[in-house]
Amino acid sequence: MSVPVWRPPKFIVTPWIRYGLLFLVVVYLVCSLTPGLVPLVSLNIDWTRAGRGLPRAADMFSRMFPPDFSRSELLYSGLRESVQMALAASLFGMLLSIPLGLIAARNLVPLPVYLVGRALLGISRTFHEVIIAIFFVKIFGFGPLAGVLTLVVASMSFIGKMLAEDIENMPPGQLEAIKATGASFPKMLLYAVQPQMLPRYLGVSIYRLDANIRHSTVVGIVGAGGIGQVLAASFSRYDYDFSLAILLSIVALVFIGEFFSNWVREKLR
Amino acid sequence: MLSITDLVKVYPSGEQALGGVNLQIDQPQVVAVIGSSGAGKSTLIRCINRLVEPTSGRVLLKDTDVTSLSRRALRKARRRMGMIFQEYNLVERLTVMENLLSGRLGYVSFWQAYRRTYPPQDISRAFELLKRVGLDGYHNTRADALSGGQRQRVGIARALMQQPDLLLVDEPTASLDPKTARQIMRLLCELAHEQGTPAVVNIHDVNLAQGFADRIVGLADGVIAFDGAADELTAAVLNEIYGEEDWSKTIQKSGADRSAGKDRGALERESAAG
Amino acid sequence: MTREDQARKYPDVWKRFTPRETLVRYAWFIGLVFIAVWSLKRLEIPWFYFLDAHEQAADLVTRMVPPYWEFFADITGPLIETIHIATLGTAITVLFALPIAFLAARNTTPNAATWFVGRFILVASRSVNTVVWGLIFVAIFGPGPMAGIWSIAARSIGFVGKLIAESIEEIDRGTAEAIEATGASRLQVLMVGVIPQVLPVIYGTIVYRWDINIRESTVLGFVGAGGIGIMLYSSINQFAWHEVSVMLIAIFGIVLISELVSAMVRKRIT
Repeated sequence: MSVPVWRPPKFIVTPWIRYGLLFLVVVYLVCSLTPGLVPLVSLNIDWTRAGRGLPRAADMFSRMFPPDFSRSELLYSGLRESVQMALAASLFGMLLSIPLGLIAARNLVPLPVYLVGRALLGISRTFHEVIIAIFFVKIFGFGPLAGVLTLVVASMSFIGKMLAEDIENMPPGQLEAIKATGASFPKMLLYAVQPQMLPRYLGVSIYRLDANIRHSTVVGIVGAGGIGQVLAASFSRYDYDFSLAILLSIVALVFIGEFFSNWVREKLR
Repeated sequence: MLSITDLVKVYPSGEQALGGVNLQIDQPQVVAVIGSSGAGKSTLIRCINRLVEPTSGRVLLKDTDVTSLSRRALRKARRRMGMIFQEYNLVERLTVMENLLSGRLGYVSFWQAYRRTYPPQDISRAFELLKRVGLDGYHNTRADALSGGQRQRVGIARALMQQPDLLLVDEPTASLDPKTARQIMRLLCELAHEQGTPAVVNIHDVNLAQGFADRIVGLADGVIAFDGAADELTAAVLNEIYGEEDWSKTIQKSGADRSAGKDRGALERESAAG
Repeated sequence: MTREDQARKYPDVWKRFTPRETLVRYAWFIGLVFIAVWSLKRLEIPWFYFLDAHEQAADLVTRMVPPYWEFFADITGPLIETIHIATLGTAITVLFALPIAFLAARNTTPNAATWFVGRFILVASRSVNTVVWGLIFVAIFGPGPMAGIWSIAARSIGFVGKLIAESIEEIDRGTAEAIEATGASRLQVLMVGVIPQVLPVIYGTIVYRWDINIRESTVLGFVGAGGIGIMLYSSINQFAWHEVSVMLIAIFGIVLISELVSAMVRKRIT
């Protein structure tokens, strides 16, 4: 006599879909991880080289310790540059996000303008900061200017998107009421849109400042200034102890940035 | 003062909201527009200040042909038409005073609007109106801290700040409890008479319409089915506007409310409470 | 003046802000201007670069059009590799993020020390950018997709783990307590009382992160960690702009598709 067994309900209810998915996952792993099994699809992984990874990692970590903070001058100037890039980019991004957010809000502008706005938002959000950075490096040369511009573009589209969505979710009545007083479009923005948007806009901008501090540490890897440039250089010279010092400083900086951002947003509430 | 001829509105969906409306208002009176939902009341009022663009027909406000105006001239014309809404439509995060002053936006420069530096006569008029609608001392309160009745009072004051030639009122009482609804309706009609401003009031509550309005217009399927004094409203007329129903409980002898409305002292006490 | 007139007089001055509030507002404004000026000044930005920037940009665009479409055949492999890096990296994330999330959630962690370890791993993982992780893993595994997969995983563990830990902390205590009351072991409580409750969040977060990872894996090649980025970097360095535009369009395509897929799956789950 068999004892009835209770089993928790499965997340995917139909059994054949569940096992089918599992089977597909296994097939995927085998195909992708076996070099040369399926042309184009299989990853070109050198497993023997990868197998040496663990001892190499151990070697790298042993060379990382103790972190070398002796070149504090370089470290400090890199960090300062990153923070300045983040601050400048946040301010300009905040300013530029306003027109972008307005033209991407369907309830404020006619359809053609809206489509242009959305397209701008879509394109700048699709490409990773580092891709944008490399373009600015090509146009403006190495240095913080390319980094600032990259972060400006990223902040502008990020804040702009939030702003556009907030404006679209606004209750239409307030716009209608201000319009009915005979106010022009700019005055309508001033009295109906701005007061309702301001708190969220500031909150998102502060969040973006925090994100910019994080991203400013990485655009330097393609030569766009900041601590990332110092980090990339230290890696290419196998100065791992200095690299660790930089990494730890970045973690500390990001931590402070996040703390500050949370504190300000708490205050804004 | 207001003359509407053959006003037609067909929405892009093909739905005809107004099918040739003719309406004349020659004296400062409160005109209640009644009708079932979807009869075109809201469209009618918004076609007058062109928040909804009419398909054809003419709207004359005094000597201005509103329907033919350019955008710039339309904004000028809109200054002369105060609008009051069902959902009050105050800007929630602005103070009562800023909401009132927004009624003067058409008359100040962008910079003045930004700095909130309005002419002294605007400010004193705002204080006067605040007192008149029973919100003395509320000028620095934010709109989102007010009750529904208080918000509608601010809404009325904002419309009157425009010193309008016409008041367009869209369901002023539909979001209020019955008592507040009566207070608001009474205040609205009194102010319209005091300022000598004609008012077109959309209202679905036949009782309130009969109790307070000077004239009633019944709208059914986008055309005017009735136009007459409040006490001319009969069961037959209501049947025509709304469809068959037993109306004996709804129709009332008018006049009772209007005499009560003249008792200023009672009103002031009530509005202070609301 | 009669009493009537006296009563009619209303104040004609009204200020939105008290002098103190006005002062504070000006202080904020001046502070922001100061920060802007300070950051820009110290960055020593060569403003004259901007003079011909628009020409440079226009030049770039003309060089990029028309795209060299035949090049698409050459980038199919790297594109697939990019998707693999994101997918396999996310798969590894799942294995690590779940146990770490249980350590980092206050109501499932065994003790204060384990909680601290869990939190520390999550913070460290999130503080280092995927590309920086890329630098580290390229040094370990050598250039190639292996380094990319691990960089994606290293960064995603913090993201996924944090969100799962938060949702664990928000679960209904009652269910877990009821199972604890039956005398179940800690692991049994987790399996039966906790995991089923957070399962939708886990799946949703993972799919969401996968979509972000597609975008991240397009640039890992810049530090040698595999994917389309390697070819993009070399084409840019060789000024082969016709190839670059093909790759940008391809990247736009896969990012868009992954966003759609992720949104669709998340809609089905929740």
